[in-house]
Amino acid sequence: MTVLEQPAPEATSDATPPSRRRPTTSRLLTTGLAVALLVLVPVAAGIGAYPVPVGDVLASIQHRLGLGGTELDRVAESVLWNVRFPRIVLALLIGASLGCAGALMQGVFGNPLAEPGVIGVSSGAAVGAVGAIALGVNFLGTWTVSVFAFVSGLATVLLVYAMSRSGGRTEVVTLILTGIAVNAFCGAVIGLFLFFADTAAIQQITFWQLGSLSQATWPKVLAVLPCAALGLAVAPLYARRLDLLALGERPARHLGVDVERLRIVLVLVIALLTAAAVSVSGIISFVGLVVPHLLRMAAGPGHRFLVPASALLGALVLLAADLASRTIAAPAELPLGVLTALLGSPFFFWLLRRTRRRQGGWA
Amino acid sequence: MRLLRPHPAPPPAANPGDTLAEAQDLHVHLGPRPVLHGVSVPVRAGEVLALVGPNGAGKSTLLSALAADLPAAEGVVRIHGRPATDWSAGELALRRAVLPQSATLSFPFPVEDVVRMGRAPHASSPAEDDLAVAEAMAATEVTDFAVRPFSALSGGERARVALARVLAQRAPLLLLDEPTAALDLRHQELVLRLCRERARAGDAVVVVLHDLGLAAAYAHRVAILRAGRVAADGPPAEVFTERLLSEVYDQPVEVLPHPRTGDLLVAPRRNLLTFL
Repeated sequence: MTVLEQPAPEATSDATPPSRRRPTTSRLLTTGLAVALLVLVPVAAGIGAYPVPVGDVLASIQHRLGLGGTELDRVAESVLWNVRFPRIVLALLIGASLGCAGALMQGVFGNPLAEPGVIGVSSGAAVGAVGAIALGVNFLGTWTVSVFAFVSGLATVLLVYAMSRSGGRTEVVTLILTGIAVNAFCGAVIGLFLFFADTAAIQQITFWQLGSLSQATWPKVLAVLPCAALGLAVAPLYARRLDLLALGERPARHLGVDVERLRIVLVLVIALLTAAAVSVSGIISFVGLVVPHLLRMAAGPGHRFLVPASALLGALVLLAADLASRTIAAPAELPLGVLTALLGSPFFFWLLRRTRRRQGGWA
Repeated sequence: MRLLRPHPAPPPAANPGDTLAEAQDLHVHLGPRPVLHGVSVPVRAGEVLALVGPNGAGKSTLLSALAADLPAAEGVVRIHGRPATDWSAGELALRRAVLPQSATLSFPFPVEDVVRMGRAPHASSPAEDDLAVAEAMAATEVTDFAVRPFSALSGGERARVALARVLAQRAPLLLLDEPTAALDLRHQELVLRLCRERARAGDAVVVVLHDLGLAAAYAHRVAILRAGRVAADGPPAEVFTERLLSEVYDQPVEVLPHPRTGDLLVAPRRNLLTFL
């Protein structure tokens, strides 16, 4: 965003507060995103192998909420409420988690290239999830995979953070290289788990790794919900302090931010959100990278807008991507993770080129 | 900015001459290396104190210690009468503002938003914040690029925006690390005039300077640091002597009165004839 904007309309030197116009852009954008979500949800619920008209979808929702409406025939009700809605809710939760985690991570690292997938946190969480599946651990019921993913994801964020920082800042090269190292190591550990797993577990893991929502059920939604809801609720409270952190750690402290505590809380939140996403749907990369970037370009880098809006746009993007993944090659399904990576990687290329150009090289 | 809870109350106004910060027999280590060896410096309200000295003498370290950024290995730093470690981050933010040596920003915030960050410690009304921001921007002459992203500014413009942010914080103790380093002649004078204004309004200003002429012209008091110790502390007219400066900087220095005003002029003694 180095485009030079027009200078302020002849600002006078007496102390008149300059006009503020950013908030209107961000408010419009937030409203737009919310409306788009409200439209896309019934549309996505209607599309599929057994089409349900949007009007019927709305009627059924109304009926379930006890606000009038009509009950549909048994097949339609079952398709909607046992297949499509759990999948849609899961897509929304995971998309929101990934978008929000990306925005937070970029803020904490002070680096626009940070993303759970790129720097290896997703694969770290995946190690826990795969371990739980492969070893057949389930002493925590449906939450087992999520909890394992959270613990290993948290350990990975802490590791990456400690390894890629020096002198209070994170250099792009160090961050990306740390990500490569972490991804390689996690890949090896996952391979090891696969080697020792039985055939059924291998099949489950392979499918899960590609990133798909096709196995969505209400219990899975419940497994993700606590992590995602907690993370999404806490994240916006730290938006203002993330703005100040952009000045650097010491200046943020000079402005009254308890930087140590801020960092610990946010790393926990990032691990929660990443674990929520990874534990059900494998590694869905680049959503956390692309979403905050687009929003920053549209309405500036203020985190009070960026954090909630990233959750909204993330949810929207993932819902749309999931809709595409199950309709493009119908009746077959493209794995969602493959689709987001196909679309996201070129964006990452472009971002790398731009960042490099701007700072005139890496070294 | 209302999210920064709990909100401590701002300190009461200081009287001229009150000690707002002080280092007492301060020893500071950076890693294993001792940088300050027993420095004692009081900082008083209504006074501009310039810290001067050669590279590596410990000027920035002393400033950081006064800002409560660095722990004391021995001795104590007091801010508003209490040991620096006794204050919370929020309480300190209402008592001292710090200008770092170089201003960086991870994301391209517009200039006005950067200045507004200085209001974060305050629980003041938006109107009050607007006024403080607008005043700070006008004082540092950055109002014209209020809507430009910080990343699109030149080094000198960034330095002035950073200073505007520090001024908008309206803390009674200002700690400025080389505020004039990136600035042109006019803005160097502007910044030091601002320091004098703030001092006259009752604040305490500590400023690290390399330009001894600026220090002589604008500081009420100068502390000369040499190898982690205070070599001299007093009004510029008393401590800026040719002998002391030549010795501290290991470079012959001339101190002479201005032919018209009689103000102190400090210049390195150059003998270009030897190169002919």
